Amino acid sequence: MITFEDVHKRFGPKKVLEGFTLEVPDGETTVVIGYSGTGKSVALKHVVGLLKPDSGSVDVDGGTVHKLDRAELMALRSTVGFVFQFAALFDSMTVRENITLGLKRQRVPPREIDERVYESLALVDMDGTEDRYPIELSGGMRKRVGIARAIALRPRYILYDEPTSGLDPVTSAVINQLMVRARERLGVTGLVVTHDMSSAYTVGDRIAMLYNGVIRQVGAVEQIQKTHDPIVRQFIDGRPEAADDADRATTQVVL
Amino acid sequence: MYKYVTNKVALGLKRMGLWGRFLVDTGRGAREVSVWVGLTAVQMRRIGVQSLPIALFIAVFTGIVLALLSSYTLTGAVPMYFVGTLVGKAVMVELAPVLTGLALAGRVGANIAAELGTMRVTEQVDALETLAYDPFSFLVVPRVLAATLMFPVVIALAMATGVVSGWFTAINLLDLSTVEFVKGLRLFHEFKDIWYGLVKAMSFGFVIALIGSRNGLTTRGGAEGVGLSTMQAVVLSAQMILVLDAFWAVVLL
Repeated sequence: MITFEDVHKRFGPKKVLEGFTLEVPDGETTVVIGYSGTGKSVALKHVVGLLKPDSGSVDVDGGTVHKLDRAELMALRSTVGFVFQFAALFDSMTVRENITLGLKRQRVPPREIDERVYESLALVDMDGTEDRYPIELSGGMRKRVGIARAIALRPRYILYDEPTSGLDPVTSAVINQLMVRARERLGVTGLVVTHDMSSAYTVGDRIAMLYNGVIRQVGAVEQIQKTHDPIVRQFIDGRPEAADDADRATTQVVL
Repeated sequence: MYKYVTNKVALGLKRMGLWGRFLVDTGRGAREVSVWVGLTAVQMRRIGVQSLPIALFIAVFTGIVLALLSSYTLTGAVPMYFVGTLVGKAVMVELAPVLTGLALAGRVGANIAAELGTMRVTEQVDALETLAYDPFSFLVVPRVLAATLMFPVVIALAMATGVVSGWFTAINLLDLSTVEFVKGLRLFHEFKDIWYGLVKAMSFGFVIALIGSRNGLTTRGGAEGVGLSTMQAVVLSAQMILVLDAFWAVVLL
């Protein structure tokens, strides 16, 4: 289980997280929604120790991430797959090399590495692209390879950072299907940050809304869809005019 | 005034601390031999072999100019075979290491800073970390090691090329024979001339790669940030080459 406990994070004078608290139950996909620039990706990066909280803690399987020593942190990272917003593929490497890099680090036997590359690319419908470079792929294809790179590691957790941003609706739907397929076949726990409600409804078991640095509301997908919280309502309906009537208090509501 | 001075001192101390931390992290990264050993060979080719054309180009013209300048300065004052002496000393002790170092500060330092900077702003460095790699083992150590090992090789070849080019100029454009040029070349030659130049070369390689790596990995922002880090890497590397040049002159000569 991943647990955020009263996480505070600021960059210079800008406060990003101001008491972010959230539990990500095992076996489920939790989606964090929120406006652009509200700290969703920042929260995600705390899980793998790319950022350290100013106060509070992020625990993964009982271990507090920022207190882990180097070896323990590396061991944790081996259990987590991270899909970046713009895929973050290594542009000097082929698709195959991108996927095998993490497997070599985990000392997977060479014969098994080939199988894993083939399996993970097949799972995201990217078979046959092993020898292509990221520059030769479209944005959607790169995201798929990014997912393949994450799932090839057979992780316990997969973190998705804005998996559908910048994609057309059809490609977004394909990526959503792939995320659902990855969870069903591999049984991994997912944490997704997005502002794409269609994606959140498709892939999520639970949805949490980040607002003003804290979780405004968290609950099952159906509960969020029926919420009366004006801030959450405004966001999920995409109605800017509702902002005038919205209660901007930051009380957390757990459904 | 007092506040200005204390702010500057604090900033200086902070920068020194960050550099110290970077060196410690690089040392930690060097412990993961299995990660950097294969990557170092690739970097040795990129940093060393591919830098040869520019290094040799500079050496050829340095040798030509030195021979002509020596002749111009010495004519009528001392025997002309001193052209060989001046070409040999100047190329080996100073000009091959420093001019090549300055050129490679641009070629190698800018390349490293721009590559790692782009990797930083496109989250490739973060991706590397999430795959349980230490960026220092994977990115910094191979580049620093390759530059430290290959700069002396490149500069040794530049030394040889500069001397040959000076000799070729002397026998074709000046009224000097090969025997006279070699006599002058050997007159005050010491083995120290060579290793002194190579020690400098090694230190230049180390510093250029280290500055390029640090500037690259600390890049913030987008294309503008990459451009800024690259420019700063080249400027700082050039300054450090001149500082190190003076340092080695004080310590070793």
